[in-house]
Amino acid sequence: MNPYTSRYPGYDVLSKRDTPSWDAVTRKVIEQRMATPSEPSFLDVVRWRALEALCACIVPQPSDRPQAPLAGMVDMRLKKNAGDGFRYARLPPLREAWLIGLHALDEESKALHELSFASIEHAAQNTLLSRMQHGELSGAHWQGMDAQLFFTQRVLPDICGAYYSHPYAWNEIGFGGPASPRGYVRMYYDRRDPWEAVEAKPGKEQQALKENRRVR
Amino acid sequence: MSVDAQDAPRGKQGRAPDVLRVGGWMPMREYRQDEAVDFAIVGTGAGGATLACRLSEKGFKVVAFDAGAWWRPLEEFASDEAHQKKLFWTDERLCDGEDPVKLGNNNSGKAVGGSMVHFAMVSLRFRPEWFKSRSLLGYGVDWPLDWREMWHYYSIIEDALKISGPVNYPWGPKRGRYPYRAHELNAAALVLARGAEALGIGWTPTPLATVSAPRGLAHPCAYRGFCVSGCSTNAKQSTLNVWIPRALKAGAEIRDLAMVGRIVVNDAGLCIGVEYFREGRWQFQRAKNVVVAGYAIETPRLLLLSATSRFPDGLANSSGLVGKNFMVQSNQAAWGVMDQEIRSYKGPPSLAVTEHWNYTDKGKDFFGGYSYMSQGPLPVVWALTENRRGLWGDALLQDMQHYNHYVGLKMVGETLPQERNCITLADEKDDYGLPIARVTHSYCDNDRRMIRHALDFMEKALAAGGTKDIWRETDDTCHLNGTARMGSDPHTSVVNADCRSWDVPNLWICDGSVFPTVGGVNPSLTIQAIAYRTADRIEALASRGEL
Repeated sequence: MNPYTSRYPGYDVLSKRDTPSWDAVTRKVIEQRMATPSEPSFLDVVRWRALEALCACIVPQPSDRPQAPLAGMVDMRLKKNAGDGFRYARLPPLREAWLIGLHALDEESKALHELSFASIEHAAQNTLLSRMQHGELSGAHWQGMDAQLFFTQRVLPDICGAYYSHPYAWNEIGFGGPASPRGYVRMYYDRRDPWEAVEAKPGKEQQALKENRRVR
Repeated sequence: MSVDAQDAPRGKQGRAPDVLRVGGWMPMREYRQDEAVDFAIVGTGAGGATLACRLSEKGFKVVAFDAGAWWRPLEEFASDEAHQKKLFWTDERLCDGEDPVKLGNNNSGKAVGGSMVHFAMVSLRFRPEWFKSRSLLGYGVDWPLDWREMWHYYSIIEDALKISGPVNYPWGPKRGRYPYRAHELNAAALVLARGAEALGIGWTPTPLATVSAPRGLAHPCAYRGFCVSGCSTNAKQSTLNVWIPRALKAGAEIRDLAMVGRIVVNDAGLCIGVEYFREGRWQFQRAKNVVVAGYAIETPRLLLLSATSRFPDGLANSSGLVGKNFMVQSNQAAWGVMDQEIRSYKGPPSLAVTEHWNYTDKGKDFFGGYSYMSQGPLPVVWALTENRRGLWGDALLQDMQHYNHYVGLKMVGETLPQERNCITLADEKDDYGLPIARVTHSYCDNDRRMIRHALDFMEKALAAGGTKDIWRETDDTCHLNGTARMGSDPHTSVVNADCRSWDVPNLWICDGSVFPTVGGVNPSLTIQAIAYRTADRIEALASRGEL
């Protein structure tokens, strides 16, 4: 199921990979990102299952295309212990926050449904997350960590930050993607360069699809 | 490509990267560690690099240190938000207070060149009255600097960076022509213009430090839109490709991947050099003068870390004000959707600005001023903005479909100095074994009134510009200033107008930390102007034997 109707049918930012919009260093870093394995290298298997389920709730990717490896990207970041340069004093460091948070999510789920977070219905998962977002979760399994703060400062930015750094997300939103050295020329309203996504106007979806396949 | 810039220093063996040429090198003078150089400068951002350049051009022996890497933009700056986090200061800091700040991206840098490597290039002058805001406007504290002198230095910096700006600037005293013509406006900037005209206030193309015509080896700006991730074409005029190459040519040495952990003071209470960590070990550089230019968190942190039995509360801190009066700028925004395609990812992010509420004192229920600018968030920054208003799941993906139709107006607002907003040392240690900084921040009532005023006005301006479905981003901040303010009285300031410490005469502080107030414009132009002036003052003092 698709949560939205794409305005940019057929647009693939990767088709510009060998054009003057992508330089060598950009090709390299995007390739590495896309090759992130969908398996844990930092988390244990139990937490990994919770993380995968959590990612599928925060960013419900369309099922009719390959999936960006969000859990793998978050896990890789935990492995590198790549922080943001700050943390709210009320939150533990990056790794500790995720280890506590994913375990606590399972505990919350078990208390309500006798099943781990990954095993409950999608709607029940979303309900639980919504309660976390609104500050309604607490208890010993959170080990003193503020569950709401974990949701707003770690879960959302870490998962969404990973997703919107992936070319599949750029395709969805019609972002031009890498742009060096070519850059852009047409800056005015409703103007696009030939190497930008074509937006489908109502009733003209087929035309946009055709044109987007020619975008280079 | 050679070894990664973060793995081994590049400023070595008598040469340094020539960032304007692929694979290029340029000669660099090197100084012995046991030779007391005239100036050891900690940090190579807007303050440190500008000062290093000017002092070496005046013949002083200068070694500047930066904790970060010496990048080659042409080969190593990807067109990619996530990868370019390598330019940010991502060492841990703790943030608390009623309104804890977010750090790491738009307000920090860890690279040779500092945060100017990824700054948005907005190059605005302070309103003249702000240098005497207490006497003339009734708030904050007066600067010990005269606006006419500062305007002289502003014009020098604008010429050094070949700022692209409008023919006539709508506010303030007459100023000379900007060296390069203004950039073409993108659609997001045109919405700002449309809204401003509908509401009857002024606006202008933003004076920007990215060239609109060729300059040397740099081509004109290609409008790729990744400015705040680092410019890969060198169109952006920054510390990295302007001040530092000039400094090297004049005989300065820059040491990259060199984290200064302590300023060493002798029994007479004078600096004798700095301890720094480079290539796996702590080393010592002798110096006749030490300049701290680490920006508003690292500068007070280093001063506090350098405490001795003679200076138990940290260096230069007899006033007790080191680390105090930390000021951010409020960076709230209004966002809305246009029927037209906007695609604000094209071009520099802030091509249009209004300083109306900086220069108008009527119709305000608060002290201070704010500007607001058009915006061009790339997808990660944009998604995180959507997160902060609570969107995730289907709701997030649906709203992200409007990415190319969104426009925003974002303020740069003056917050007032408050002593409770401060930098202190936490118990937690970093990888160097040094206590990390704790950053405490709360808005005051005046800050909140200004934010409310700005959000109301920006909403109106967006609507007048033709935007629908408007909402508010209520919690962002930008820029860091204060924490070692300049002044005329040793009891109420840390340094004098020449950026010289009151307590330790051969210790200087030259960055945004010295700002007594912060104004409603981006600070980099003012930091550079102060640094340029400081070099002139040092030369004058030296010629009189007063150094």
